[in-house]
Amino acid sequence: MTNIPARNTKVMNRFELTRRLVAGLKDEAVIGGIGNTNFDLWAAGHRPENFYMLGSMGLAFPIALGVALAQPKRRVFALEGDGSLLMQLGCLSTIATLAPKNLTMVVMDNGIYQITGSQPTPAAGHADLVAVAVASGIANSSWAADEDDFERLIAQSKQAAGPTLIGVRIDDKPGTGTTRRDPAQIRERFMHGMGVRQPL
Amino acid sequence: MAAAEQASSQKTATTWHGIVLQTLKRNEIKLVPYVPDRVLTTLIKDLHADPYFTTFPTAREEEAVGIISGAWMAGMRGAVLMQTSGFATLANVLASLAVPYQIPLIMFVSERGTLGEFNYGQALVCRTMRPVLDSLAMEHHTITRLDELEFIADRSIKQAVTTQAPVALILSPLLTGGKTFDK
Repeated sequence: MTNIPARNTKVMNRFELTRRLVAGLKDEAVIGGIGNTNFDLWAAGHRPENFYMLGSMGLAFPIALGVALAQPKRRVFALEGDGSLLMQLGCLSTIATLAPKNLTMVVMDNGIYQITGSQPTPAAGHADLVAVAVASGIANSSWAADEDDFERLIAQSKQAAGPTLIGVRIDDKPGTGTTRRDPAQIRERFMHGMGVRQPL
Repeated sequence: MAAAEQASSQKTATTWHGIVLQTLKRNEIKLVPYVPDRVLTTLIKDLHADPYFTTFPTAREEEAVGIISGAWMAGMRGAVLMQTSGFATLANVLASLAVPYQIPLIMFVSERGTLGEFNYGQALVCRTMRPVLDSLAMEHHTITRLDELEFIADRSIKQAVTTQAPVALILSPLLTGGKTFDK
């Protein structure tokens, strides 16, 4: 771990939080960002409403925004790593402007590029991504204090009048599974999950 | 028909931006995120004025590609507007999202860097565009003539959707007038 200043937020585990989120889902869409974020989503139990990214680092929130705009009645969750979000901070302003109330974003923040060798991100120990989200115009942005608080914030986001961003501090553990790397099938299954297509 | 309406529909039929707007509408493309370009000004203004479209700026072109990809998978069609230099930022997202996931990403690229370019950087970055498109075997057309615009745009959009493959429609200065030296 890098030199992160003391915060009153517990250091949690990505898979444990993802497991808790998925356990409470029905027909909600979930977009899993590149790397460990979607590996843990895969490991928490595959469902056709999940979309797994195999590249395009930083685009979990924009992809989720597209889903949220296309299906305003469906709740859309997006799971993204801190390093990924740093690549696309501008998307927070776009999301704040469009303000889809059916979008819940989760930032898994361990301050490192875990999958490439745990190098610290340029933000580690200095930037506060939840504060960045607030400053970008996403008023419903907060750090989860612990696992129960995470579940409370997830539930609260479903009633919110605008988009929600939840920051969670996580440990430096790798993902617990590995997504099957079949982009065409991932996309097709997701479209079935979204009710856009029927299987052949 | 009121005189104002008649004038408006005449404008739609005879300008490149009017034809693009009508072609998008006919193909049920509602979502149009963009990173602006001087040449695209009128098209962007008219898209904002038409309640059929959900159109908005994004901070980067790849962000717009992500939004369009998500919307497509959830049943809403979209297209992205950008400039040549913006296209140059897209190689990674094309190679890791649009092409392998088979997303019918429709891109309108206002072409700078040729036919009277005054900024050397624009001229250089323009030369990277077609090699990137060709290296990924992506469909692309450079539209130079008003009388060919509707055919190329309409057919290309339909082909992108039915073959689940991205397409780049490059709007040449021969079509749009481009950006001139004194601006």
